[in-house]
Amino acid sequence: MRFPLDRFRTVLAMARPSFYASDMSSDSAPAPQQPDLAAAPPGLAALFLAFAGMSLAGFGGVLVFARRAIVEQHRWMTADEFNETFALCHFLPGPNIVNLSMVFGSRLRGIAGGVAAFAGLLLPPTLIMMVLAIAYAHFGDLEVLRRILAGISCAAIGLLIAVVLRMMTPLLKRTDPLPVFLMLGVFLTVGVLRLPLQAVLLVAIPVSVGVTYFLRRKVAA
Amino acid sequence: MNGQSPIWSLISTFGLMSLFAVGGAAAAVPEMHRIAVEVNHWMTDRQFTDAYAIAQLSPGPNVLIVTLIGYAVAGIPGALAATLAMCLPTALLAYYVSRLLNRPRESRWPGVIQAALVPLSIGLMAASALILAQSAERTIAALLLTTMVAVIASISRINPLWLLLAGGLLGFAGIV
Repeated sequence: MRFPLDRFRTVLAMARPSFYASDMSSDSAPAPQQPDLAAAPPGLAALFLAFAGMSLAGFGGVLVFARRAIVEQHRWMTADEFNETFALCHFLPGPNIVNLSMVFGSRLRGIAGGVAAFAGLLLPPTLIMMVLAIAYAHFGDLEVLRRILAGISCAAIGLLIAVVLRMMTPLLKRTDPLPVFLMLGVFLTVGVLRLPLQAVLLVAIPVSVGVTYFLRRKVAA
Repeated sequence: MNGQSPIWSLISTFGLMSLFAVGGAAAAVPEMHRIAVEVNHWMTDRQFTDAYAIAQLSPGPNVLIVTLIGYAVAGIPGALAATLAMCLPTALLAYYVSRLLNRPRESRWPGVIQAALVPLSIGLMAASALILAQSAERTIAALLLTTMVAVIASISRINPLWLLLAGGLLGFAGIV
């Protein structure tokens, strides 16, 4: 689990009410090219390799590399199509970039394309992770490795705190306190009281959707 | 889940968890910790934070900490089962929804729901940070390092990988 910078950017964008209305079209403005209809849809092997490449390059966030490869390098989709598809994947539960690989692949080459992209994204890093897991099982108790991992853990937690702080800023700047209360409520119930995620979300999601809907209507009126 | 094979426990646990993973992998860390450390005792606190650190440092999607949890439970088959259970159900869901809903912008509801999930995701990620910090080393030097990285990453655009490597180096030098 790396520093989720993509998520941070996306969520920041979405925290603005105008996200759907204008941000997507303005985001697509610097990329005026039409989808390259002359280019044949990529083969399954090409899809697999492209997603494997993005995944292995993705130390600082796979999404950045996915956008670069799909929109700019291969021109498989326009920036608009990319944004729409990503918005859909972000709205659904589960690891977004994984959802994205399946949806992208299947839009280009049907379900087989989806599976090829999904496998390309996951297979190489999963193999790496298994090698690391085996190494950890053998050497995890070595004193020197313990110290190194302790240092990396501290840095990783620091990075996560930084992401949370950056994401929180736009929320705190807005005038309505309800989203902040919801955020604190989730933090306390899950982080401090350690209640199960499902139980918390089954209450928090309907409440938050209701609050958001109400606030938007108030703004519109 | 008593009496069931560990592979099946992994599949049912992570398959269910993925459906509630709003806000992605970092937001699911508290639930992973609760299940793997507190409920099932698959890992110790230390092993869990180590897994988080290793997953941060390796390439690939954020979610692959489940590969390490799965391996700790049931070796290679466990690693594969946990990874697929966490990734495949929601990917298939996304596939079907994308076929139904070709143009999500036409309805206002996806926008409302997305905006509604933002504060919840942030709350969950803050909970992740708290739980990981409580499970990690709690020396003064460790707290100082965590704070410094948080500050540096907040005010600069430095590649996070460098900060992770710096943390590892400080650990290696025996400072943390």
